[in-house]
Amino acid sequence: MTNIAETKNTDAGQTLEVNFGPQHPSTHGVFRMTVQLEGEKIRGLKPVFGYLHRNHEQIAENLPYAAIMPYTDRLDYVNALSNNFGYALTIEKLAAIEVPERAEYIRVIMAELARIVNHVAVIGFMLNDLGAFFTPLLYAFRERERILDLFEEVTGSRLMNNYFRFGGVKRDLTGQNLAAIRKIVSRFPAFLKEFEALLTKNEILCMRCQNIGILSAEAATNAGITGPVLRASGVNYDIRKVDGYSIYNRFDFKIPLGQKGDVYDRFYVRLLEIRESLKILDQALAAIPTGEIMNKKSLPMLKMPRNLKPPAGEAYGRVESPKGELGFYVVSDGTPQPWRYHVRAPSLINLTLLEEMCLGQKIADAIIILGSIDIVLGETDR
Amino acid sequence: MTVFGWGILKGLWVTLKNFLTSYFRKPDEGGIFTVQYPEEREKEIENFRNFPFLVYDGTPEKIRCVACGICERECPPKCIHIEMELDGTGKPARKPAVFDIDHALCMNCGMCEDVCPFDSIFMDHVFEVTAPERAEGLVRHKETLLKPNEYFQKIRPVAASIIDQKRKAAEEKKKAASAPQGPQ
Repeated sequence: MTNIAETKNTDAGQTLEVNFGPQHPSTHGVFRMTVQLEGEKIRGLKPVFGYLHRNHEQIAENLPYAAIMPYTDRLDYVNALSNNFGYALTIEKLAAIEVPERAEYIRVIMAELARIVNHVAVIGFMLNDLGAFFTPLLYAFRERERILDLFEEVTGSRLMNNYFRFGGVKRDLTGQNLAAIRKIVSRFPAFLKEFEALLTKNEILCMRCQNIGILSAEAATNAGITGPVLRASGVNYDIRKVDGYSIYNRFDFKIPLGQKGDVYDRFYVRLLEIRESLKILDQALAAIPTGEIMNKKSLPMLKMPRNLKPPAGEAYGRVESPKGELGFYVVSDGTPQPWRYHVRAPSLINLTLLEEMCLGQKIADAIIILGSIDIVLGETDR
Repeated sequence: MTVFGWGILKGLWVTLKNFLTSYFRKPDEGGIFTVQYPEEREKEIENFRNFPFLVYDGTPEKIRCVACGICERECPPKCIHIEMELDGTGKPARKPAVFDIDHALCMNCGMCEDVCPFDSIFMDHVFEVTAPERAEGLVRHKETLLKPNEYFQKIRPVAASIIDQKRKAAEEKKKAASAPQGPQ
């Protein structure tokens, strides 16, 4: 009752409260937002999450280190390989495990392919939210499917890859796999050209996306937003460049930046990032050495995961996942299980400024703004 | 080029081109690639992994599994249940009496395959798994999990041949080690 009274006092009965989700198809899962509307304008927005909470961190604290790897696949299920990468990196930091050269290259190749998969999927889904029903999405999925077939051949699974191990990767890339990746990389620019002809200059898309959901660089940096959303606001911050983790500092690639920070910039930054990923893939495929794919010291761990007892201490490992900074914070007390395990999920932190982006916009724009942030609820709620 | 609507026309040209050429192109190059499942099936990918199965050599009695319980312990969602078979005197017979896998819990991660020191549990290609109800129906017992080595060789020829070679080498080594002790 008090809520109703307050609403009446402040807005003189002019606002309408609408619930989006958790079953609304445009919320990409089970996300819910409570929107205060004045006519069609958004006067307030409250994100509500937790519907997909699966106790990820608590489960992980009761498992040996190696057994957490398949659970990390389920965080951001669109690109499981980036999650694997982040977790493997953290434990390697914690237990001081070195990774052989070839494994590093394989990791970068797979992570960049996962980034392409994620970006084409998110562009497709965002356009679905815009009303371009399934045509761009299915064009994107046609290309995505080729990469997923390759993932299945190499890792054993299309989505839940579980491919990275501490000190290497599970399976080597054969010559056939490398040829398949080269083929994918060589024909991707043609698809991107087609995709751009279909979308980037399209007047309807421009009118719906430009100057919508503007996020200023200050607000984005203050809220700790990362990934393409931050870069679309014009902030040059990419952990691949800042940290240069794994072997990313060896590759020559640019970081696409947006100017305004609107929905269109976020869409276009992702398209450009696919091109940069292809550049990295080209260089990695040309330079991939032969050799071991697993650190010899960690090979026995593959047979006996409980033997891995990192020294007491803590480590924070982070990667540039397609959605932003994906961090894993692990505290070890010298037992086979982590004492504390925490995930810094980019989807969750990028969502915090949803209200700021939506205020004053129309209700229909809230959906594309949400689509342009690129959230995956598996990661948001964990 | 600044005519309003030019971008839309260009986009429509892309969709028209895709629509028409899809009839002539090969499935791999943008043609129609729908597979009419279940009448048609895609080629199985060797490394594809789904629920685990147990391998035996020759007859189901010669099961490779010795019920050591490592997979049971390492399984992340704890979907495996093993009980050791006891011989007449109450000693462990190094054989599983009970080996259950709950398919409702299994998340196909392949951890059991990784940790098995006896090369006895492997990931299967079977994905059409149904049950009338989810409590008992999806629990697979030892009898249904057991599959011959020939089946393993059929679905995953490369992995199976490597493992067969490894096992053969280990057996010969064992024989060679036990042979000189024979006459003494």
